[in-house]
Parts: sequence; structure tokens; C-alpha cells
Amino acid sequence: MSRTTPGSLDGSARERLELKAKWVWRETLKIHRRAPETRIASSLSAVELLTVLYYGGFLRLDAARPLWELRDRFIVSKGHGAIALYPILADLGFFPAAEFERVCRSGGILGGIPDPVIPGFETVNGSLGHGLGVGAGMALGLRRKGSASRVYVVVGDGELHEGANWEALMFAAQQRLGNLTIIVDDNGISMLDHTERFLSHRSLCTKLAAFGWRCEEVNGHSVAELHAALATMTADDGDTPGCILAHTRKGRGVPGLEDVSLSHVMAIPRDVIDRLLGDSS
Amino acid sequence: MSLRPRPMRDAFLNELLGAMGRDERIFFLTADFGSPVLDRLRAEYPDRFVNVGIAEQNLVNLATGLALEGFKVFAYAIAPFITMRCYEQIRVNLALLGTLREVDVTLVGVGAGYSYVISGPTHQCYEDLTIMRVLPNMQLLSPADWVAARATVNHCLRAKGPKYVRLDAQPSPALYAESHAFDFARGFSEIHEGDGLCVVSTGYMTQVAHRAIGQLPTEHRPSLLDLFRLTEFDDDALAETLARHPSLLTIEEGFRGRGGLDALICNLVSERGLSCRTFSAGLDNRYRFDLGTRDDLHERAGIGEQSLRRRMLDLMGEASPSAERNGESSR
Repeated sequence: MSRTTPGSLDGSARERLELKAKWVWRETLKIHRRAPETRIASSLSAVELLTVLYYGGFLRLDAARPLWELRDRFIVSKGHGAIALYPILADLGFFPAAEFERVCRSGGILGGIPDPVIPGFETVNGSLGHGLGVGAGMALGLRRKGSASRVYVVVGDGELHEGANWEALMFAAQQRLGNLTIIVDDNGISMLDHTERFLSHRSLCTKLAAFGWRCEEVNGHSVAELHAALATMTADDGDTPGCILAHTRKGRGVPGLEDVSLSHVMAIPRDVIDRLLGDSS
Repeated sequence: MSLRPRPMRDAFLNELLGAMGRDERIFFLTADFGSPVLDRLRAEYPDRFVNVGIAEQNLVNLATGLALEGFKVFAYAIAPFITMRCYEQIRVNLALLGTLREVDVTLVGVGAGYSYVISGPTHQCYEDLTIMRVLPNMQLLSPADWVAARATVNHCLRAKGPKYVRLDAQPSPALYAESHAFDFARGFSEIHEGDGLCVVSTGYMTQVAHRAIGQLPTEHRPSLLDLFRLTEFDDDALAETLARHPSLLTIEEGFRGRGGLDALICNLVSERGLSCRTFSAGLDNRYRFDLGTRDDLHERAGIGEQSLRRRMLDLMGEASPSAERNGESSR
């Protein structure tokens, strides 16, 4: 059941991932410019972690066969955060880039919250708190089949308020699902406010360790730290499920949006996007 | 009719136990709910049996993940908990996702209606017919005895996709001959053929209706239909059977007038333009905390053997003065 995992990241590989992350960030903003009704702040915090998973050699996928049996299973349980996946999946060939012309429009497949009508999406998400349990079921099934495929789930820190996650966290540790890795996009903000202010997770890493998980904290905007943590988690063929707690900032890189309490529901004005894309090009 | 009382769940699990020996893809999850047969299943197939704990939301989510990996999953718990505690998990991961991916999950809920007699409303289940029927892509199966429960296993193994099977918690005698061949494409059986009135019921209430009919004089017996499949039944055949009768009486161990069996039949009557008058028996629109035997609870709710016998007599003697006095039952 063992398989090779990416080694350490050298300087040029790191630079390549950073450039890719910048590109994903820009393309995500372009989607929002076309479809201002998309909730964009939640995607901007996840740009680097999605980039490292897809371009850092972690997810084994085949765009020509989205449901290939030997693929790794990947679920972005925080549905709104998956908009940043659209440019990545198109870039990798899961669907034609022409789809961007009709985001959130009649006849298109790319909506404000992705559904598995889009090649490359496994499950229905967006309603929060489902992805982790479904991912644990997949991990159990893969182990039963003797498969070397792994399961990765991205959850939000706000999403972790949903109790079903904690049922799944207990279960995964009990069943020793070492083939399951979750990445918490810990941007610290749900829809209405900073989570610290109304329902704090206190020390999430300590909590998860007490639940029987192996947990590592990283700067979620550092591709090097994300890469190193993922490499450690996946190199370990053990039987402990792993969690990467990625500290991020919601609305990352957009003045007036970044780390603002209500950023989840805020749209970025068109001229601001134009300026940002001009500035960073 | 065999008098040997047997719980539906034992017949169901026993049949499933045999199937698990033939099909390695069958996986069994329970939310900390058991039975003696389940002890055998757990001992024989420890790799395909998991007790997920008292956690129905996770039960459904795990079942989904396993089904996406190609397993035929049976998820087992007490009826109100496996339907209502995790309803949104069922909606999103079974009904909704099941329209795009194959999600072969059978939810098995034990404790339909009043069958957990002394446990009160938390453990009783009067809402499941309504709420499970409303979900597109979800099959709803409601066997009337252990023979039908046993046959339901094989239907579930053949019919892919999400399913909900509601089982009674109490042992009861068989209504069907042990060798009865159930027609799942048709979805209902005509247990008696009468004229005038047609009684339509499901689950354990078919047994109560059958006993009530047994008390009527042979020349005054209504037809009795057992609807064991509440979705994807043969609606042409059902409409045709109903149309032979001037009056229909639906009987359910659930709320009356709230989208359950009565609504299913009324919709069919209306859509097909049938001229039958429709009457319903079921629970009033309120929760009760009464103690007593199941028969007591049924009589208080107007769905006991004696209440139903009187109701049938009234409805069959439509032209008689006693029927006029009971006109309020037409609602």
C-alpha cells in the first residue's frame, strides 16, 4: 500500500509553486469579476493550500478519467472556498476554459457552489459538515479494498462548528484511518464574524491531538510550509489520521476584504479587481 | 397465515447475513443498535461490520463514502433517529448526490409507528412516510410482516441507489405465506378482494386491518391492499385496482392529512380522475404521551382493530343511516 511521496521542496520548485499560487489567485479574482455574486473571500484564503495539493505532487489524478479508481479522493467541504479550484481544474484539463465565459449563467456548469456535475468534484458540498464524514467513509472503503489511494478533505474553521465533523473525527481516529488527511483552512472568520469572538475553537491542535489525530500548524500562505507538512503527513504510512491546521487570512490580498469580519458576504468592486490585476501583473 | 410471531428485523438481518457470504461488497453499519442476529453478523464479518456509535449523521456520511467506493451499504438504527436526526445528510449525500453518482445505501429503520410502545414519542415514528417520500431519488419500502421484510433484502440488493426500509420493532405473525413471491415492480398486494370499499394500508397496519376485516361478516368484507413500496410502485395497476371501488380508506400509523399514505392515494385518485371517495385513518395532528398496550394506543388514535372494524362497516353501509351519522369521517 505504500507509494512515493514528494520529497523536500527546492528553491526553484518553491518559486514555481508561488507563481502558480499567484496565478490561481488572479484567475479566481477574474471569476469574481465575471460573477460578482460568488462568495470570494472564502476562496482567497485557500489559494496556496489548493495549489500545493494539485501542483506540489500530492494529489494523484487523471483529468481524462475524473473517477479513475486509482485517483486520490479530494473533497473541498467548505463549498464556497472551492471557487479557487475552478482555474486549477480547467488548467489541468478537467473541463474546457470556455466554461469561464458562463460562470453562474444559464447552460454553464460552474456555479457559486460547485456540484459534482463539474468533472473533478467528488461530492455535493457547500452545506457544511458533510465532507469529513464522507471522506472518512471513503478512507474506510479504500482500506477495505487494499487501495493505496488517499483521501484529502479541506474544511473551514467555521465549518468545524458543525457537530457531525466531531463524530467523524472520533470515528477516523478509532478506525485508525491513516489514509485520511484534512487541511483546516483556518481563516478565523465564518459568515458573520471572527470565530474567536462568538464560538472559539480554543486550541484546535491540542483538541485534535486529544481526539487521536496527528496535527501540525503551518502558515497557510506559505507554500514551503504547506508542502513540508503534507510531505510529512503522507510519507507516514502509519495508522493515525492527519490534520494540517493552516492559518490563513480570509479575503487574502484584497484591501478592504482581507481579515474583515463580514468579508464572506462582501463583493469586490470591479475597479478594485482591475487595479489589483493590473498591479500584480 | 403462520402464527409464529417473528420480528421483521431478525428476518431481514438473517437474509442479509446470507447475502454477505455471497457478496463481499456488502458493508453493514450500525449506530449502536443491535439484535441477536446482528451479533452473528458482527462475529462472522468483522471486516464489513462497523458500529459507528450513537452518531446517525456520521452513519449516513460514512455510508455515502463507502458507497462511493463501490460498496452496497446497509445502515441500521432506530427509525426516528435514522430519518430525522440526519435528515439533511440523507438529503444531500443520498438523495442529491445519488442523482449524479451511484450511492447504493439502504437505510434500515426499526420502530415504525408506535412499535416502541412504552418508550414514548421520541422512539416512536409517525413522520417517516411523509418526510422520506418527499425526497426525489429515495425509495421507500414498508413491509407488513417478516416474510415481506425478508423479501425486501433481495429487492434492496438488486435495486441500486438510496433506499429507506421501515421495519416494525415488535414480533408479529406472518401475513403472507412463507413462499409468497412479492412483485416489487407492482409494489402492492391485494390481500382480499372485496367490493364497495377498498382499504389501503402499509407496514404493520396491514396486519391490524387484516384482523379487523376478519371480524366482519364474510359478505361484508372490503378489499385490502398492502402497499409495501411507497415510491416507484406501478401506479397504473394501483389506479386500476382502486377504480373498481366507490370508496377508499387509507390506514397509517402516522399523522393523518400530513403527506403520508393518505396523500399518496389522494394524489393518485385526483391525477387519474377516479371517482372514488377517499377516507383516511391515522393519528390526529398532535403528540401524545399515553401509556398502554399498542392496541390501547391504536384504539385511542382510532386505528385499532375495533375502531377500524366500525369504520369499515360504516363506510360499506354508505346508504345506511349509521353512515350518515359518521359523515364527519370524510375529511
